[in-house]
Amino acid sequence: MTVSIIRFGGSNCDRDAERALAHLGIDAEIVWHEDGLPAETSGIVLPGGFSYGDYLRAGAMAARSPIMNEVREAAADGTPVLGVCNGAQVGCESGLTEGAFTTNESARFQCEHVYLRIERDDTPWTAAYEEGDVIEVPIAHGEGRYEVDDDRLAELEDEGRVLFRYCDEDGETGPDANPNGSKHNVAGVLGEREHVAVLMPHPERATLPDVGGTDGQGILRGFETAATGAE
Amino acid sequence: MTAYTATVTVRLKHGVLDPEAETTKQALERLGFDLEGLRSADRFEVDLEAESADAASERASEMAERLLANPTIHDYDVEVDER
Repeated sequence: MTVSIIRFGGSNCDRDAERALAHLGIDAEIVWHEDGLPAETSGIVLPGGFSYGDYLRAGAMAARSPIMNEVREAAADGTPVLGVCNGAQVGCESGLTEGAFTTNESARFQCEHVYLRIERDDTPWTAAYEEGDVIEVPIAHGEGRYEVDDDRLAELEDEGRVLFRYCDEDGETGPDANPNGSKHNVAGVLGEREHVAVLMPHPERATLPDVGGTDGQGILRGFETAATGAE
Repeated sequence: MTAYTATVTVRLKHGVLDPEAETTKQALERLGFDLEGLRSADRFEVDLEAESADAASERASEMAERLLANPTIHDYDVEVDER
């Protein structure tokens, strides 16, 4: 299996993702978006960065690039897709996932470590954890505030599509543990099916032991879990 | 065919937090201005040729639906003028 990490102009976490996946023994390669999706693609990472300079809205341009048609088709065929940070913004802008990640409540770029609560452990991305586990991962974004209308958010929550919430060290999801003003502390969501997920925090920056923390490894292992069908 | 300019204005939906507008409002207040509220919007002026003003408006609306606005957080309106 080969995970394709799609590099757009302005992606800058593509190599982080490649190294993190390699560390876990997961075969991955960086794919330039104009080259299209390789036939052997068994998983897709939409990496972090600032594709197209965040012109118009973060992720708006990349979401409408031709390769995203291939990504949507692959996702529909069951290929696991993980969008991280800018990749999460691209995922929402492209309709792979619902809602929008928009300007932080602080109106500032925020680069810090946060805690996430695992809301479900029966998806490929969270099978390595237990529901309610608290993991520590970094965020680095200016537009990470999850926004969707209240009624739709209630439906998404009922459908179990909120996968990660910002919380404190003890797993409490109060306003003090919400770094960017996201509705209901939402940090990551699932698409219509469980093999598509996006999140603003960076699991690939919490994978290599020598850069501080390995709590994100389990999320990336989702590519293995999805491949073996052990959901 | 007639030449038109379609002006597409994209705004955050009512109730969606606008931190940039809030920061701008605070900056105006620091400068001594008295104001009660401030909203920001993006405005796109699209030059195009179309059979009619309605056709121009329809095309500009589709541009808003498919790219210029994000329907999750935005409302938009379109005005068309001959140019």
